[in-house]
Amino acid sequence: MGRITLDKVRKAFGDVEVIPPLDLRIEDGEFVVFVGPSGCGKSTLLRLIAGLEDVTSGEIRIDGTDATHLSPAKRGLAMVFQSYALYPHMTVRKNIAFPLKMAGMDQAEIDRRVDGAAKVLNLSSYIDRRPGQLSGGQRQRVAIGRAIVREPSAFLFDEPLSNLDAALRVGMRLEISELHKRLATTMIYVTHDQVEAMTMADKIVVLRAGHIEQVGSPLELYRTPRNTFVAGFIGSPKMNLIEGAEAEKHGAHTIGVRPEHFQISTEGGTWTGTIGVSEHLGSDTFFHVTVPGFAEPLTIRAGGEVDLHYGDTIHLTPDASQIHRFDAKGLRLP
Amino acid sequence: MARAVTTQRKIVFTALAWGIGLMIFFPILWTILTSFKTEATAIADPPVFFNFDWTLENYQVVQERSDYMRYLWNSVALALGSTFLGILIAVPAAWSMAFVPTRRTKNVLLWMLSTKMLPAVGVLYPIRLILIQLGLLDSKIALIFILMLINLPIIIWMLYTYFREIPGEILEAARMDGATLKDEILYVLTPMAIPGIASTVLLNIILAWNEAFWTLTLTTVNAAPLTAFIASYSSPEGLFYAKLSAASTMAIAPILIMGWFSQKQLVRGLTFGAVK
Ligand SMILES: Nc1ncnc2c1ncn2[C@@H]1O[C@H](COP(=O)(O)OP(=O)(O)OP(=O)(O)O)[C@@H](O)[C@H]1O
Ligand SMILES: [Mg+2]
Repeated sequence: MGRITLDKVRKAFGDVEVIPPLDLRIEDGEFVVFVGPSGCGKSTLLRLIAGLEDVTSGEIRIDGTDATHLSPAKRGLAMVFQSYALYPHMTVRKNIAFPLKMAGMDQAEIDRRVDGAAKVLNLSSYIDRRPGQLSGGQRQRVAIGRAIVREPSAFLFDEPLSNLDAALRVGMRLEISELHKRLATTMIYVTHDQVEAMTMADKIVVLRAGHIEQVGSPLELYRTPRNTFVAGFIGSPKMNLIEGAEAEKHGAHTIGVRPEHFQISTEGGTWTGTIGVSEHLGSDTFFHVTVPGFAEPLTIRAGGEVDLHYGDTIHLTPDASQIHRFDAKGLRLP
Repeated sequence: MARAVTTQRKIVFTALAWGIGLMIFFPILWTILTSFKTEATAIADPPVFFNFDWTLENYQVVQERSDYMRYLWNSVALALGSTFLGILIAVPAAWSMAFVPTRRTKNVLLWMLSTKMLPAVGVLYPIRLILIQLGLLDSKIALIFILMLINLPIIIWMLYTYFREIPGEILEAARMDGATLKDEILYVLTPMAIPGIASTVLLNIILAWNEAFWTLTLTTVNAAPLTAFIASYSSPEGLFYAKLSAASTMAIAPILIMGWFSQKQLVRGLTFGAVK
């Protein structure tokens, strides 16, 4: 079981309030991702749940029991750190066995579990090496191994993949998702990587300055962002936000159109602009288009084969059903 | 760091390093050489380097005149005793400053170090008087305590810098893994800090071994270590350079040998962990 409830949890470092009172429910078995800009309090929130940081006020319940003042070890949660935080003087086997040893488990059971975890994570061939003799990806697996042997009620990950290169990141992302499917244990995962959030999460929590801006499934956030912040934050490349006369035509202060929701044409359309930088990714092309009267260039996503170049004129028509409207406070209009 | 260094520069720097090294080592070499000369050759002008009649006579005389072993034992007791006591106090102190720092931690560290800038003579009389009152003048216990105190700021500072190198996340990981404070210190912190603690111990033994101000002023016979042994040869009876050199050589030999065998640790220690 791993149901975690935060009730008016607040955290201040000295006079600085990093997390204003916040409520959050995480259901058993859910994969929850915390996203938000750097410094918004994602790690702090995770560390509060872990017990590595004391709450200033409020209550944290794990499976219905009050865990607010329990020590980290007693909460039954396991954490994977960004720096891996492996014990450098211990072999892989000892690293993975450490939490079991601390729990006073008998050696036969420890060996059984460590071998099991090593097999699942493809670590068997390095089991007697030290962390210093492993690659980043292997270290990350050891850190995950150390977390899973304890059979915790929830896993906490703090940007576990950010020290890995792009290719390895994709691989580990799949492995973690796979692990979640198999174990069906609650996972809380901090990242600022769009793709990780969208692909792995059952539920995304978008944070800004310690506030929860929106909670929902990846598609909910993508389709109906509650405000301009979430609209701009979820989705890659970012949603185009347009203010002024064009927005007023739709009865809004701001309208938002995602790069993928435009018809492009060389003959005619709603807006006409000039192509600036274009980014060719093979499968897609992103055009940055300057439209007279718009404060910022629009980002447009087109197919990989579109033959348009710097300085060309382009006509854009936003998909009418995909225009998001926001009021002057940035809140979504129905 | 892969930086191209020209051969010419290499030669210049190597020569310079050797030159400075020899210059620093020369007095020690000269002392050792002199200890094998007769008193007459020792003061010969111009000085002779290697082509003299080597003799062990000085060592015999020194051994007969004074009880080297007793001084040696006192030195060992003072160096090891003060180091052990110091480490016992410094480890928890450095631990708390490195891992549970407060706003004042930096100031406390600087304040401790600043006590090393005080001239020792400034407190000589108060300390002497206290020891006389306590009847502890010329006792090893008192001296162990004083040597421990004068080196404590350095030990704490060194351990602090080593502990600071240990990432806090590793200790947090241990906490998540169910380690108690005792487990954390025993299974995680100490094994990781062993090289740092070893360097600190070595450096502190050397500092205590070489300490001459307090050991000379607070001892007469019973607690006198090798520093006093050397000093007794620069006597008013007239200077016997060869004998003085023999005594000096005997006094520095143990520490020189220890230093030689622990070079790597010592370099780490002396550079306060800057060299990995
Ligand atoms: N121990 C601390 N003392 C004082 N302020 C802190 C402390 N830890 C974090 N903060 C502050 O709290 C805020 C949130 O920090 P936190 O590490 O949770 O951000 P984050 O969302 O994880 O950022 P990032 O994406 O860069 O990791 C920051 O403004 C940070 O400066
Ligand atoms: Mg963080």
